[in-house]
Amino acid sequence: MSDLSVELTAPNGKKYTQPTGLFINNEWVASSKGNKITSINPTDESEIASVHAAEPEDVDKAVEAARAAFKGPWRDMPSTERGDLMYKLSQLVEENKEVLATIETWDNGKPYAVALAEDLAEVSGCLKYYAGYADKIHGQVIDTSPAKLAYTIREPVGVCGQIIPWNYPLGMAAWKLGPALACGNTVVMKAAEQTPLSILFFANLIKEAGFPPGVVNILNGHGRIAGAAIAQHPGIDKVAFTGSTATGKEIMKMASATMKNITLETGGKSPLLVFDDADLDQAVKWAHIGIMSNMGQICTATSRILVQEGIYDKFVDEFKKQVKETSKIGDPFSDETFQGPQVTKAQYDRVLSYIEAGKSEGAELAMGGEAYKNVGAGKGFFVSPTVFINVKSTMRVFREEVFGPFVVIVSFKDEEEALEKANDTTYGLGSAVFTKDIVKAHRLARKIEAGMVWINSSQDSDFRIPFGGVKQSGIGRELGEAGLEAYTNKKSVHVNLGTWL
Amino acid sequence: MSLGLSVQLETPHAGKYEQPTGLFINNEFVKPVDGKTFEVLNPSTEEVICSVYEATEKDVDIAVAAARKAFEGPWRKETPENRGKLLNNLAALFEKNLDILAAVESLDNGKAVSMAKVDIGMAAGCLRYYGGWADKIEGKVIDTTPDTFNYIRKEPIGVCGQIIPWNFPLLMWSWKIGPAIACGNTVVLKSAEQTPLGALVAAKLIKEAGFPPGVVNIISGFGKVAGAAISSHMDVDKVAFTGSTVVGRQILKAAAGSNLKKVTLELGGKSPNIVFEDADIDNAISWVNFGIFFNHGQCCCAGSRIYVQESIYDKFVERFKERASKNVVGDPFAKDTFQGPQVSQVQFDRIMNYIKAGKDAGAKVEIGGNRKGDKGYFIEPTIFSNVTEDMQIVKEEIFGPVCSISKFKTKEEAIRVGNSTTYGLAAAVHTKSLNTAIEVANALKAGTVWVNTYNTLHHQMPFGGFKESGIGRELGEDALANYTQTKTVSIRLGDALFG
Repeated sequence: MSDLSVELTAPNGKKYTQPTGLFINNEWVASSKGNKITSINPTDESEIASVHAAEPEDVDKAVEAARAAFKGPWRDMPSTERGDLMYKLSQLVEENKEVLATIETWDNGKPYAVALAEDLAEVSGCLKYYAGYADKIHGQVIDTSPAKLAYTIREPVGVCGQIIPWNYPLGMAAWKLGPALACGNTVVMKAAEQTPLSILFFANLIKEAGFPPGVVNILNGHGRIAGAAIAQHPGIDKVAFTGSTATGKEIMKMASATMKNITLETGGKSPLLVFDDADLDQAVKWAHIGIMSNMGQICTATSRILVQEGIYDKFVDEFKKQVKETSKIGDPFSDETFQGPQVTKAQYDRVLSYIEAGKSEGAELAMGGEAYKNVGAGKGFFVSPTVFINVKSTMRVFREEVFGPFVVIVSFKDEEEALEKANDTTYGLGSAVFTKDIVKAHRLARKIEAGMVWINSSQDSDFRIPFGGVKQSGIGRELGEAGLEAYTNKKSVHVNLGTWL
Repeated sequence: MSLGLSVQLETPHAGKYEQPTGLFINNEFVKPVDGKTFEVLNPSTEEVICSVYEATEKDVDIAVAAARKAFEGPWRKETPENRGKLLNNLAALFEKNLDILAAVESLDNGKAVSMAKVDIGMAAGCLRYYGGWADKIEGKVIDTTPDTFNYIRKEPIGVCGQIIPWNFPLLMWSWKIGPAIACGNTVVLKSAEQTPLGALVAAKLIKEAGFPPGVVNIISGFGKVAGAAISSHMDVDKVAFTGSTVVGRQILKAAAGSNLKKVTLELGGKSPNIVFEDADIDNAISWVNFGIFFNHGQCCCAGSRIYVQESIYDKFVERFKERASKNVVGDPFAKDTFQGPQVSQVQFDRIMNYIKAGKDAGAKVEIGGNRKGDKGYFIEPTIFSNVTEDMQIVKEEIFGPVCSISKFKTKEEAIRVGNSTTYGLAAAVHTKSLNTAIEVANALKAGTVWVNTYNTLHHQMPFGGFKESGIGRELGEDALANYTQTKTVSIRLGDALFG
């Protein structure tokens, strides 16, 4: 049916068939009301394609499909075979990585070289990692007395609703699908309305890998419509959400009506501490990556840099130099580009509004502070990398998540003040500490209020290491073995061997 | 004319292929220092298939040096993820080459090619399973006091010598290589002298999978020469052996006498297969038959002592005889064959001697008791009844299609006779009662207890022996413990404690 796919040619010349429907039961279907979401290329504001947007009725269908698959072939499949399917999927991702990276760059705006070498490697690597776990999820046998055989089964939770963001569209899909599938669950996934395209091409690989129909269902839709339908659906056993803290709170409220299990990965305003005994050159380079990569659109972005006063001025100078040399803004399909556009006009406007806020609050603009109009014909949602210094902790630019190439640099006197400022936030996702003193490093790691601490690096995540936040940065952990926890229920089985009434 | 490093062979099942004959060291096939060879026989025809090169102590030295160089060099720095990738590649290559590997296995070992195919599939599954473990071998962080930061690492042991048997050549190959590599070790593996061919064909796949040179080395040779050299080598950090209990003892002694290398052993068994009167008789018959006659009785965990509750004993014996008589004994490449020849003349003679001993001791031959045909090491499926617990055929491991069957009265008696053996590898209980199953399973001193099944292993489940059946467990997560050692790192975060 021609309304369910379209032939496209990407800006880099790659031709491919872009599915546009909803992926339910391994089939492509139109949305019940025929409403569409149009995806815009953030590089030049042109339209890429329109895709079907799911209504609550479509979510119902997807949930039904997922439930049937869960009760049926998926539940009874031996765990090693589940893993084998996931291995196959990761292989297919590898084989199709150029097309997938192309769509990712076209839709999201991240540099193609990065999408290919980093995002896609993350996707296939993460799927492969969890494929390996499928047949290694063990229950326990607990010896209480000879009258009882007690054991626990790690059961799948059931039908899992997964709502993913737009900053790493395929990466986030892999982070969610990996543990869910490894543990034997089925999935209804809603991609982000800002980046609906790559996940649909990926959906075809799910069918090609051999997953039974209904195991993974993929929908596009508006958060308020399809996302809300998922969070409230009585037929969904668990919701996993990555996105803003504000939306995360909404999801939590909605899920409470049916007491769903939830895991949330929300925002951050992560601090990066640079002590005067740090390797300054490395601190500058990592601090740059920490906020400027992915156009600053990272939940763990170390967006507040706290520098010990003795080296503050030097750091700011070096940092500005690093931004100037490295943050080349341009067409993401060009190999020289470091920074592409922000993902949508809404995000672009948001970043610009924080620039205004910073200026009006009296923060000192050290660099950037404006839109960037020098790419191609002057269109696109580009923002100059922006640095505010001498920022007070009461300022909005210090407290609120901007989600752009926008950083505040603040000074501190000593370790105590550094900790105080670092922890002065409602968030607690990532953090970084630069020092050569091993004792200081470990001591700070214990005292910083965050789910993750990087010592002498930033954004240095790995899908084998638990990832998540404290405070209002989230609930639960993804990745690593820890990521399996949210996708299993422990059932205790007591076999009576000797207690007779 | 000296033997080339490969010969052209042909199998009834998979056609012509190139059979390597050399020693696989540093990703290359090489001739041994002394240039000795030995013959490989086809147990179905007793004819020579080909010759392969034989490793002596000198070659073991060279292989160990290669493994050591690889271990201390690039392999040490390899990421766990990449180790896993290599194992996954190898698994995929096993699957791709399933037909030829199965054909070589049948030619060399004599098992039915249909069984060999299952073996190869399981070997691939095992390699893939351990490929999945490679990047999940985690240490711990242990909080003692605020002024200390402690963590433990699970590190590889180093150069691992692995000596495998002839009963499931390629499956045993995968059981050893999988966990050793997943944990970051390097390997010198000696195949069994009775079945060296499959291991060498698989060695080609090691290189094709992308393993760096020296990480996995495969040599053919004799236990008394190459095997002994490995177990007493001063630069081998660990030895893993599967084979007879007698040789297992020698390996342990050699380890003690050399460098105290770590030892794991998978040895013999005389496993009890216990049928209660409330068992599903049809299923029990099937499993009891499979339990002893599968793989021609050449299973370390074979259910070779069958105990049936007295109320169903007579009926059971009749039906078991009938069932066993239906086992097709013949050419491994024929479609319906269940049981092929025993692997060698030596094994054949050994088993026939046990049969004679049974007859001489007064046991009754219910079926079998003779050679089958006059070419190839084929033996009829044999059931002895009217046995006593002190007979040789009841106490000693025969490793052939020969079992004893006796009756028991009570659950307690079943447990007692089940445990009255120096071995403790496996056991089985057939019953419909949940409580009987669990109680008896808990009471039997065996590393694997099957309930209402037999010989159904899985790479996820630990396998190994109590008592004289071995030391350590293979398969499952447990195997990782054989190939790692714990290092505790304790970092002081405070000042000196003492003046």
